[in-house]
Amino acid sequence: MSLLQVREVTRSFGGLIAVDRVSFDVHDGQIKAIIGPNGAGKSTLFNLLTCFDRPDSGSVLFEGRELFGERPDRVVRMGVARSFQNTQLFEEMTAHENVILGTHARSGSSFTPAALRLPSARKRDDLASQEADRLLRLVGLESWRGSLAADMPHGLRRLLEIARALATSPRLVLLDEPAAGLNTQETTALGEVLYRIRDHGATLVIVEHDMGLVMEVSDEIVVLDRGCKIAEGPPRLIQKDPAVIRAYLGEEDADEL
Amino acid sequence: MGAPELLQFALAGLKNGSIYALVALGFTIVYASTGVINFAQGEFVMLGGMLSVWAHSTLGLPLPLAALIGILGTAVIGVVFELLAIRPRKDGDPLALIIITVGGSLLLSNLARHVFGPSERSLPAFTAGPSLRFLGATLERQSLWIFGLTALAVVVLTVFYSRTRLGRAMRACSINRTAARLVGVDPKRLVTISFALAAALGGLAGVVTTPLTQTAFNVGSSFGIKGFAAAILGGLGNPIAAVIGGLVLGLLESMSIAFLSSTYKDAISLVVLLLVLFIRPQGLLGRGGREKV
Repeated sequence: MSLLQVREVTRSFGGLIAVDRVSFDVHDGQIKAIIGPNGAGKSTLFNLLTCFDRPDSGSVLFEGRELFGERPDRVVRMGVARSFQNTQLFEEMTAHENVILGTHARSGSSFTPAALRLPSARKRDDLASQEADRLLRLVGLESWRGSLAADMPHGLRRLLEIARALATSPRLVLLDEPAAGLNTQETTALGEVLYRIRDHGATLVIVEHDMGLVMEVSDEIVVLDRGCKIAEGPPRLIQKDPAVIRAYLGEEDADEL
Repeated sequence: MGAPELLQFALAGLKNGSIYALVALGFTIVYASTGVINFAQGEFVMLGGMLSVWAHSTLGLPLPLAALIGILGTAVIGVVFELLAIRPRKDGDPLALIIITVGGSLLLSNLARHVFGPSERSLPAFTAGPSLRFLGATLERQSLWIFGLTALAVVVLTVFYSRTRLGRAMRACSINRTAARLVGVDPKRLVTISFALAAALGGLAGVVTTPLTQTAFNVGSSFGIKGFAAAILGGLGNPIAAVIGGLVLGLLESMSIAFLSSTYKDAISLVVLLLVLFIRPQGLLGRGGREKV
């Protein structure tokens, strides 16, 4: 069974249909990319999948359970983590604290043990701290442990957000344009991090503009254009797909090719 | 004016300042979770006092138990207020919420008038006995309770925010609500908890100050204004700022009595409020030019 089943998802804003009856599957252990020209509906789809927005119709099943109608924080607890195009960090907290907060999602936070500092709570806090250190190492940020998120350079903030997402122990991680604003070197490093995440057992869905990265890391690609899915398949096939080329280059240019 | 007199005024200022600090902490906590000034905060002080008086005089419960009922009962009322009045306003529009809290403040004080009656009430001092002599100044025993319990509240709150998971989640949520959702935190639940905490602190202020100042259904608004001025003076951001704002305001008030006239005492907080908003809107300890998310 596929980990995520997206079925006939539609979302419109006024007269504009931003996502139009899109369906696809994400299988366990895959890296799946969603690409498309600007305004294709990628970010809208992302917000729908993580319940930051509600669809007009359609359904999204995660491990067989309907996601639509859940609150975003519940979705995280179910095992779906995401990052944002504009990094959403706790600016006045350290990198380490940012990641520790991610671990809250998996263990709940009952008030009394935490408030009374019972041994059980303290032990859990120690584990969370170690886990945060492990994840900072995984994304290569161990030397930034004590720095405030606000003081970190752009590319590293992205990695920090990914580490925090991983701290929620997700089965599925959705990354919204993880390479945006990164230089070539940082993008290469990001690609390696993505492989490492997959090797740790998480499934990845990325929305991305950087074609080099997409073609290199993804197992499968979904192409959106004006809200509709126009192609789906492995990178080599997508690169040659006439509908995709037309969408990216425009009708006339495609004729010239 | 001699040193003992000056010390006397300073002690009085710190005593009132501690109360203002507790109220200001309540403002800060709710502001952090909602971005809204809760104008019902002063009523929590009134409720703390009235509930403990009711538990002590009417029910005949021992004083410590009555004090606890004052604090916890106020916390419960804070939660109910949040659930019934704040939460239903789903869009979280700050202006609408602020007006709701103003309405809530009127409602709570009028309810208190109906339930507890219009007269002034008082509690016995926590520790009986004559005032203490201290370097030529006198200090009521109750003032020591005020200092001690305020300090305890601040310490507990600091540990709560820096060490516990819930406290860290509340800090995180005030920094970035979206990011808080990304780590599985439900901001709505934290808003309710922040009202419980703010109400409990207000209740505590009411309970400790009632033996000295008495209480009545209509004392809330005055505590609200003082606490609000203190919170703005410190800079609405962190608990330490609220405490410093409260103590500074208390000292300013008592020094105005010492050097000007007691006529101006209540005007001081308003003058301070206006001056801070004109000259340094981020407060004494706030960082400038940064909009809270």
